[in-house]
Amino acid sequence: MPLAPALPFAVDEESPEQEFLYTLNFGPQHPATHTTLRLILTLDGETIVKAVPDIGYLHSGFEKLGEDLDYNQYVTIVDRMNYISPICNEVAWHHAVEKLMDIEITPRCKYIRTIIAELARISDHLLCVGAASLDLGGITAFMYAFNMREKVYDIFETMSGQRFHPSYTRVGGLMVDVKDDWVAMVRTFIKVDFPKAHADVCRLLNRNKIFLDRTKGIGVLSKEEAINRSAAGPVARASGVARDLRKDEPYLAYGDLEFDVVCSRNGDCLARYLVRMEEMRESARIISQAVENIPAGPVNVNIEDKLTIPDKSATYRSIEGLIQHFELFMWNRRWKPPVNELYAATEAPNGELGFYIVSDGEGRPYRCRTRPPSFIHFAIFPHLMEGHSIGDLPAVLGSLNIIAAELDR
Amino acid sequence: MSNTQQLLADRFGDFAIREEFRDNVRFVVSPDRLLDVLSLLKNEAGFDFLADITGIDYLHYPNATDRYGVVYCLANSETAERVYVKVLVNDPEPTLESAYSLWKGADWMEREVFDMFGIVFDGHPDLRRILMPEGFAAFPLRKDYPLRGRGERHNFEPNIRADG
Repeated sequence: MPLAPALPFAVDEESPEQEFLYTLNFGPQHPATHTTLRLILTLDGETIVKAVPDIGYLHSGFEKLGEDLDYNQYVTIVDRMNYISPICNEVAWHHAVEKLMDIEITPRCKYIRTIIAELARISDHLLCVGAASLDLGGITAFMYAFNMREKVYDIFETMSGQRFHPSYTRVGGLMVDVKDDWVAMVRTFIKVDFPKAHADVCRLLNRNKIFLDRTKGIGVLSKEEAINRSAAGPVARASGVARDLRKDEPYLAYGDLEFDVVCSRNGDCLARYLVRMEEMRESARIISQAVENIPAGPVNVNIEDKLTIPDKSATYRSIEGLIQHFELFMWNRRWKPPVNELYAATEAPNGELGFYIVSDGEGRPYRCRTRPPSFIHFAIFPHLMEGHSIGDLPAVLGSLNIIAAELDR
Repeated sequence: MSNTQQLLADRFGDFAIREEFRDNVRFVVSPDRLLDVLSLLKNEAGFDFLADITGIDYLHYPNATDRYGVVYCLANSETAERVYVKVLVNDPEPTLESAYSLWKGADWMEREVFDMFGIVFDGHPDLRRILMPEGFAAFPLRKDYPLRGRGERHNFEPNIRADG
């Protein structure tokens, strides 16, 4: 039998139409994403031509759960949205609820909420800049930043008994009042610990050649694009949008306190880092003013209004307290908010965190929509990434501070 | 705010119904005029920032006349003024025009409303599910979708408002 010659391999003629792009799957479990998100990158060599985010891995139906939980219970769920600064979510949620029910909280509560929200902002920004530098190879700054977050957790633990998810706010007030030793802790943190850690991180990164090279001019977001793409918070302010809800729509005690809105014009990763660093300093300024001026008086609104949960001693020792406790815990009682809907937003560390609450007059919201800043910012990500090399991806991702639990809810 | 109201009244007559609650000022407009109203607000009244788009299912809501509501939260990035535009749409084919031509930020927000409520946005460049998996058949934030249980929507009787 004659041997047939082997068929030659078919070799494609090189043509200009030939597909030279290739696809890289990035995530959902990749050290640089930190959280569970996935990117499908179309690459030309190392240059990213197109990035298509694929999200939803952590979707757990928070908004559906909110329709089943009452105005106090849902605070435990909003805690878990942006778990880097849970207190800010709580403050935002009860800010919206109190606006719906038209509750004017006490001055003492306003100040305490302001302090804890700003402490959470510091802890959020510390993690963001620390993780951003970690992704670019600078592990030391991450350690200094993370070490200081522990102190913030200690402060939260002292006031609420819980480090990570304090669930500290309640409709019309707070879970418990703070003690004097808590005030002393905050004072020490602002005067001693925080400035030291801030200076350490600044010294490690601000003039670090590698860090500057990898962040300067990377992921530039222009002012027009920032507004058009709904960016808010530090991301927008780094692009020159001077929009800060603490100044524009003063809520809590921000109207009484002195602070500046930090902005930059460059809109790149470095600008976002610098804005966050400077914002921490402003937060410290806010706290140091607020902590010296915490008004005396009750922390919850008047018990006669039948809006706040009475404390345990009132529940067990007085008939009024017992009745009110029942009223707020039985399904057919609870709050009776007006049948209407509203949107209320606060300035969370990542940007505008708003809640759109629809109430049908029951004790739980009919619909509670969250405006999650991470979700909006991650939508900008493909635009920022186009034309950059794949090594820039962790820098841009780190500068946006995407928290997947908030992204997917 | 009165300027905005005047502007809308001049252009659209009685089509924009004004509602006010606390500090929220809402204009309820009909779906076919939505894009005109939004572009007027964006280009002439200075509301250049789209804060959020949210959907609401009014199935069990007291005295509701329409099934779905979609709310556009707008803000003025200079003066920080806010305004809310609400449209009401109904089954069987809840459809709205996409605001993507005005704001690129509307991209994912509209995808989420589509994902959760099944409201279709005409003219959206890439209207796919965003949080739920691609093969998912139901719209989970609709009120006839169960809170508990693993069942899918096709296992349940469709619950459609009769009077529309």
